[in-house]
Amino acid sequence: MATDNDEATSGTSSKRSGKTSGKISARPSPKVSDEIRQTTCYMCACRCGINVHMQDGKVKYIEGNKNHPVNKGVLCAKGSAGIMQHYAPSRLNAPMKRVGPRGSGEFEEISWDEAYSIAESWLAPLRESAPEKLAFFTGRDQSQSFTSLWAQAFGTPNYAAHGGFCSVNMAAAGIYTMGGAFWEFGQPDWDRTKLFMIFGVAEDHDSNPIKIGLGKLKERGARVIGVNPIRTGYNAIADDWVGITPGTDGLFIMALIHELLKAGQIDLNYLSRYTNAGFLVNCAESGPDAGLFLRSESGKAQVLDRATGKPADYDGAGVKPKLSGHYRKAGSTYRPAFELLAEAYMDAQYAPEAVEERCGVEAKRIRAIAADLARVAFEEEIVIDQPWTDWKGEKHAQMIGRPVSFHAMRGISAHSNGFQTCRALHILQILLGSVEVPGGFRFKPPYPKPPEAHPKPHGADVPGQPLPGPHLGYPMGPEDLLINKDGSAQRIDKAFTWENPMSVHGLMHMVISNAHAGVPYKIDTLFMYMANMAWNSSMNTSSVIDMLTDKDESGEYVIPHFIYSDAYSSETVAYADLILPDTTYLERHDCISLLDRPICEADAAADAIRWPVVEPDRNVKGFQSALCDLGARLGLPGFVNEDGSQKYADYADYIVNHERRPGVGPLAGFRGDGTEEGRGKPNSEQLDKYIANGGFWSAHLPDDAQFYKPWNQGYQDWAVKIGLFDAPAPYVFNLYLEPMRKMQLAAEGYGDRQPPEHLRAQLVQAMTPLPHWYAPYEQSLVSEEEYPLHALTQRPMHMYHSWGSQNAWLRQITGVNKMFVPGNVWEQHGFEDGDWAYLTSPHGRIKVPVARMDGVNGKTLWTWNAIGKKRGAWALSEDAQETQQGFLLNHLINELLPPKGDGLRWANSDPVTGQAAWFDLRVKIEKADTKGHKGNQSEPQLPSSKSPVGKGPKNVSYGEDF
Amino acid sequence: MTDLPKSTEKKLGLVIDLDTCVGCHACVVSCKEWNTSNYGTALSDVDAYGAEPQGTFLNRVHSFEAQPESGGCSQTVHFPKSCLHCEDAPCVTVCPTGASYKREEDGIVLVNEDDCMGCGLCAWSCPYGARELDQIFGVMKKCTLCVDRIYNENIPEEDRVPSCVRTCPAGARHFGDLGDPDSDVSRLVAEREGMDLMPEMGTKPVNKYLPPRLKDVPSDAALEPKYKDAAGLFGWLDKALEKF
Repeated sequence: MATDNDEATSGTSSKRSGKTSGKISARPSPKVSDEIRQTTCYMCACRCGINVHMQDGKVKYIEGNKNHPVNKGVLCAKGSAGIMQHYAPSRLNAPMKRVGPRGSGEFEEISWDEAYSIAESWLAPLRESAPEKLAFFTGRDQSQSFTSLWAQAFGTPNYAAHGGFCSVNMAAAGIYTMGGAFWEFGQPDWDRTKLFMIFGVAEDHDSNPIKIGLGKLKERGARVIGVNPIRTGYNAIADDWVGITPGTDGLFIMALIHELLKAGQIDLNYLSRYTNAGFLVNCAESGPDAGLFLRSESGKAQVLDRATGKPADYDGAGVKPKLSGHYRKAGSTYRPAFELLAEAYMDAQYAPEAVEERCGVEAKRIRAIAADLARVAFEEEIVIDQPWTDWKGEKHAQMIGRPVSFHAMRGISAHSNGFQTCRALHILQILLGSVEVPGGFRFKPPYPKPPEAHPKPHGADVPGQPLPGPHLGYPMGPEDLLINKDGSAQRIDKAFTWENPMSVHGLMHMVISNAHAGVPYKIDTLFMYMANMAWNSSMNTSSVIDMLTDKDESGEYVIPHFIYSDAYSSETVAYADLILPDTTYLERHDCISLLDRPICEADAAADAIRWPVVEPDRNVKGFQSALCDLGARLGLPGFVNEDGSQKYADYADYIVNHERRPGVGPLAGFRGDGTEEGRGKPNSEQLDKYIANGGFWSAHLPDDAQFYKPWNQGYQDWAVKIGLFDAPAPYVFNLYLEPMRKMQLAAEGYGDRQPPEHLRAQLVQAMTPLPHWYAPYEQSLVSEEEYPLHALTQRPMHMYHSWGSQNAWLRQITGVNKMFVPGNVWEQHGFEDGDWAYLTSPHGRIKVPVARMDGVNGKTLWTWNAIGKKRGAWALSEDAQETQQGFLLNHLINELLPPKGDGLRWANSDPVTGQAAWFDLRVKIEKADTKGHKGNQSEPQLPSSKSPVGKGPKNVSYGEDF
Repeated sequence: MTDLPKSTEKKLGLVIDLDTCVGCHACVVSCKEWNTSNYGTALSDVDAYGAEPQGTFLNRVHSFEAQPESGGCSQTVHFPKSCLHCEDAPCVTVCPTGASYKREEDGIVLVNEDDCMGCGLCAWSCPYGARELDQIFGVMKKCTLCVDRIYNENIPEEDRVPSCVRTCPAGARHFGDLGDPDSDVSRLVAEREGMDLMPEMGTKPVNKYLPPRLKDVPSDAALEPKYKDAAGLFGWLDKALEKF
């Protein structure tokens, strides 16, 4: 990097003449670069295509790839700042072993061979004796289909990525309800939708596509309704902003449903054909089958056929289900699920007047929004003259669309009632008939994929053997939980237990605290990748640091070994024993795979690669390549050949040659002879083909397969052809979610697998097969009088978790996060510009700078996420703004709820999925003293760690050399 | 003192849609990365990893809150700001060395860095605060409308627009000839009642801003309840279904 204190300051060291030489010509046409290399961005989770302009072997300019399905040429601030990330002084240089105490930051650089030997000395004995003593959690991993395979081969049940503390409620509720959720699973029909409603976003989830989409809506004059306690970003440009009170989105949505049902404004035809609205539910008050569907002997759910009035298989040809009525059999009454749904939401408890105060939204406003949804859906329907054939063989001349669409993300999901809130939102979309229709919400291949098409979770380990199947999956009943005979959890994070039966992404946020407590068991080695668990990715940061540094009576660390892989000198590095340095995103191979978290569009399947557009200039290695090496050293099946030699030389080798099923591998494009799509033998030239194609591959859906995907023969056949699945698998949406009812039945005392007594009441309340709203847990445990305010974080559009602050350009945009205080609270406390405040929760107290904001829910404080940094991390100076004024809200949040007085400590998470309930936080605020030399310093200030990479240069003038 | 051209053949400039800008800073950073390695000196960053980093940016986004006169809730406006390439650019006429100039061919205001002594008069005279003196190189930096992109034959024709325009994810930035009433940008300005920024300063800015549309319009819309309770709804259901 062209950064040198003295020379740069004097401005004399420039290879380029430095200044313009006279006036520039009228139509200047300078050379832009030597070469463009097209790869995939990794400045956040969106995975946009980028053109990397190279000059003299260095990165000169990064722009969006116009042909790429995700970003179509545009690029956000993070993406454009990639140069500063790639050349960041915080990059790790070589493998390291810890030589000082944990947290000191004292390391010694070692060879890769030594690093692997150390890892092997810890891991090989575990594999032979107790593989569960390895907890392998991979954070913001974009290679989960690979890392999970490695963990499966090792045999530990303890694997997951970061979904549990991110947005698992959104993903799980979507899959269980309709076979997909937002972002990676689907998107609004941006080109046709006329009314778009967006709830609490996560800016790194679908960042550019949402902005592109909003731009299209604005251009057409389509209407945008933003539902969010905070009016920034997308909510700032929304035509209507609903400044809802945190944790009440479910109530608000159910009130909309209440209004629609009362007016009969629902798509009956759609409900009857494409959902389980007609499934007959056993309405007995109790008993082992109460609440379950009536099934035929072959297990097919039954509906009342309108033609015969008799039960029939729901998927029988010509069967048209009734949505009301009843059926008696063997002393039981059965009613269509729709009747139960209508009774649930037409109840007065969900009337707009009944919810307005809790939601902070006037009843009149709720009614108006419901009326608008109905008007646009049913009076402005879209008709496309495109014939298609449905799953029952019925031919349709047209595709009928309901042009209302929705998007939601972490804002509604990171609550202890988030799963049911997300379910409610999907039910709202379905009642309007707007899912998988023109103008509505559209799935992206390989979705839709209903829960039964996903794997089941696998946990029981046999030493020395691979796990029998994937770690994560979708439980369909108590029989799928990962619980030992004695009731103990099989996984260290207690995923798939009665505490959170449908924890489909695992609970990375519980790993360190459970491992420290030795509950459900002690582990030996914590192995983590790319998640800053000693800082912003953990609740209760200071305690997590204490757990990582805590020693037992013998003077050994309670968590004996900690291997960590990261590209940068994050806070967590200082707490690990062995560091495997990852590359930057421009130096690595990756695949954005259909087996994993794909980048498809609603009308195309797509996948992509990263490739080293710049070779690393340090002794670093892509983490996945390191796993290939380590897997071979450990002799893991799938990572060694029959003769015991290493199977994959590196990740690129795996990407090209691994086959998940015969002919189906990590990349779907350019298989076999180079022209085969989806299925085909491995092609040794595949990566070259991707590079020549701009770093990605895509295949468009046939015109008759564009909509109605779960029930469209054309789509089902295409999906089989392309290898998404092996036989057509149409299904209907789950308005009524029977697997939830099965969990609830167990809590009522039925079945072999029984929850512990103390969880029964929680399960009965939370696992309702139709979503109901309950107050967020923390909120109902703390005194509203003492802690009257909600506190939230939002991610800046130009930052990705903790990464932005090491970036010389991005940290100039947001280097200090203030606590934004609503005007009424600001005035009540007499705050003035420049003031600081103490913010206190039942778990802790922090000192923060404050600023006034009026476009915010009157009971809600908020700040930017992950700006605060620990001294010694990220190659920043000790007095960096992020360490002095920046702060983390995390210190106020605990992974456990405040004591209830029952002698137990309950998780601060969603009882269905275990999602971390970040946004349930309650606080109080008071003015802080700013006298003294530390008056304007945030608290807590944790001790500094030594930087293993030194500090960044004083000044930067990147580009000077070109 | 430096003269302005009496007229320019074109009036190239930006049209920025404040109704669409989400304040993502994509334009800010894309501008920085293009311009730090192109026209003139680099755009330096002082104290880049320290207490108070301060770098040169040619484009910045400011976010404001405003209470509408009509009442209702507070509005948030994201306001990208760069040189507006004024027709009566005070930054040009104030320049003691002739370094600041406005091009006759397209109206772009540029700094000939060879002649710039870094006195800062131009920045002081600009009512918009759109110029920044680079702390390391000591020359005045400003938006060039990516003059080294828009005519550049080494760039695909469709990409011959300023870096900020090419990258804007929401499509809130438009580039063209505001001197041609039939250009796309002129039509957009006419259609959306585009505005000058602080016209009272008399600088006749070429860049235009499209104002935010009226938001949070109160509505009395409500659905007419047809069914008092679920039983009422069920009575209608199967009859209604028969129609399909």
